[in-house]
Amino acid sequence: MPEVLKAPLVVEFPFTRSLGPVQSAFLTGLRDRVVLGVRTGDDRILVPPVEYDPVTAEELRDLVEVAPTGTVTTWAWNHEPRRGQPLDTPFAWVLVRLDGADTALLHALDAPDPDSVHTGMRVRVRWAEDRVGAITDIACFEPYDGEAARPSGHSGEFEDPVTGIVAAARLDYTYSPGRAQTAYINALADHRAVGERCPSCRKVYVPPRGACPTCGVATSEQVEVGPGGTVTTFCIVNIKAKNLDIEVPYVYAHIALDGADLALHGRIGGIPYDQVRMGLRVEPVWTEGGRYPDHYRPTGEPDADYETFKELL
Amino acid sequence: MSRDIAVIAVAQSDILRSTAEQSEVEMLMPVLHDVLDRTGLKTADIGFTCSGSCDYLAGRAFSFTLALDGVGAWPPISESHVEMDGAWALYEAWTKLLSGDADTALVYAYGKSSPGSVRDVLTRQLDPYYVAPLWPDSVALAALQAQALIDAGDTDEPALAEIAARSRATDNPRAQLRGSVPQGAYAVRPLRTGDCPPIGDGAAAVILAAGERARELCPRPAWIRGIDHRIEAHGLGVRDLTDSPSTRLAAEKAGAFERPVDTAELHAPFTSQEVVLRKALGLDDSVRVNPSGGALAANPMMAAGLIRIGEAASRIHRGESDRALAHATSGPCLQQNLVAVLEGDPR
Repeated sequence: MPEVLKAPLVVEFPFTRSLGPVQSAFLTGLRDRVVLGVRTGDDRILVPPVEYDPVTAEELRDLVEVAPTGTVTTWAWNHEPRRGQPLDTPFAWVLVRLDGADTALLHALDAPDPDSVHTGMRVRVRWAEDRVGAITDIACFEPYDGEAARPSGHSGEFEDPVTGIVAAARLDYTYSPGRAQTAYINALADHRAVGERCPSCRKVYVPPRGACPTCGVATSEQVEVGPGGTVTTFCIVNIKAKNLDIEVPYVYAHIALDGADLALHGRIGGIPYDQVRMGLRVEPVWTEGGRYPDHYRPTGEPDADYETFKELL
Repeated sequence: MSRDIAVIAVAQSDILRSTAEQSEVEMLMPVLHDVLDRTGLKTADIGFTCSGSCDYLAGRAFSFTLALDGVGAWPPISESHVEMDGAWALYEAWTKLLSGDADTALVYAYGKSSPGSVRDVLTRQLDPYYVAPLWPDSVALAALQAQALIDAGDTDEPALAEIAARSRATDNPRAQLRGSVPQGAYAVRPLRTGDCPPIGDGAAAVILAAGERARELCPRPAWIRGIDHRIEAHGLGVRDLTDSPSTRLAAEKAGAFERPVDTAELHAPFTSQEVVLRKALGLDDSVRVNPSGGALAANPMMAAGLIRIGEAASRIHRGESDRALAHATSGPCLQQNLVAVLEGDPR
């Protein structure tokens, strides 16, 4: 078996998230170097604050300022920081109970080595230089020997509150399509379409996914199909996709390649969009160096009879 | 509860560090065939199908729909999916059978962690406002919990190493790590690589059946006497990380404390989490804990919890256990916990 295809796959998204009143106040506070908690019905102060009591589910709105100094409740030494983490030099992950709070906040502690960190140690917030209203406005914590800082008595009301955050995420993968699809993609690069036949129902699937969805068994017998095919159904696309160099309107169609029992999809070119029809006979068009058909164009043959493709709709 | 429901067949793949040559459905299909063969049932005989998986692992949207090809989803079947460990899919199937809507159910779960970096992937399940922007990885969060346990006097590093060694001294042929494995260097202190689960790809499947159907299809069904699952606050600093009240409550509601169990399959991906679970469940040395090796020997994401139920059931099928507890977890530091109690017929 030829080597399975692999390629880097990056999934990246900037989630834009709106904030409720409590989260807005907390993150706006960080921007202004104020740490806010929220008071529960049984008079506990939760930091970071939440909108609903984790025990009673009661709505919480009573914001209370706490100190930017606190005590480590547990820690872990991270000698190899990973992408996106608060510090790029070795640091301790810490849960810190800020002075005036009853719960602990997760963040990083900038300390020289694990021997300098212990549960119960005193720390204070180190503010980021550029603050935007995000948890990263706390750059990290740092060891602190002094007195507990005294809160300013902030009300939690801000002139210009932050109402949303952009939560950027990026994950890196090495994508592999598996055996069946590797064979299909490799064949396409040779301008051939290869499907797989189900050993049970004898249907030929293109593209093959390694399994027959009707019988639930593995497919393995390779079958070359096409190159010609029949348009079984289609739609007219009127919206131009971002980064896609195709003039609208154009036609996107299901195409049953000759010998296949499943229609694949592709763009129809070489014919005005309003003249595409069910039964139109088409063939793939490859561009120079292309690894897959750029589009399908009419062969000029008479249209296929409806009876010949009605099962493939 | 009007119907007795049992796990009647179990199958799983080998758990491997990489399965790049197989798509998800290609990895899953032999397991599905295996579990069906054990009962003689065909996919068309199955009343309900439910799966557990997670798109973030392989970076593929709606990957469970492709995996459905492996169960023969045409013509239409009664089917559902949870974006969670398959143990929760089993819970859904169990309620479906309890309702009388079906007599048999196929539950499967799979995860391919190898395409991505599972430590980073798991950060995406954290609170997106206060926690995820800091990218604390799964090992780091478990390490915070481990240090809390050490500070509380509940364990120490040698005791954690013993849990690792005992777990991997398994004869489970499907396990990814077996035998003597060095504890290694710190991953995130106080956890060493030996305290952490291997990263692996794998799949598992079980079949459930109700009442007489179960007896027809299995010589010694593993009757599900109860299942319950509970969740704790997502704020790590709100929780007592040295305890697992959600596990204890789920176990109580599942009836685990009504009589002693002889076996416990615990889904504890980190050695320190076994300490928490043993305490929460009140397990003493009379109980065989994780004879399969548990998650420290093989932790295929999304399948490892279902495998715990499968391993507990298998021991009942083989007559090696009469009353077993199975546990599955999800989320950071044992945030969500499911407990099932399984029993064989009296001998």
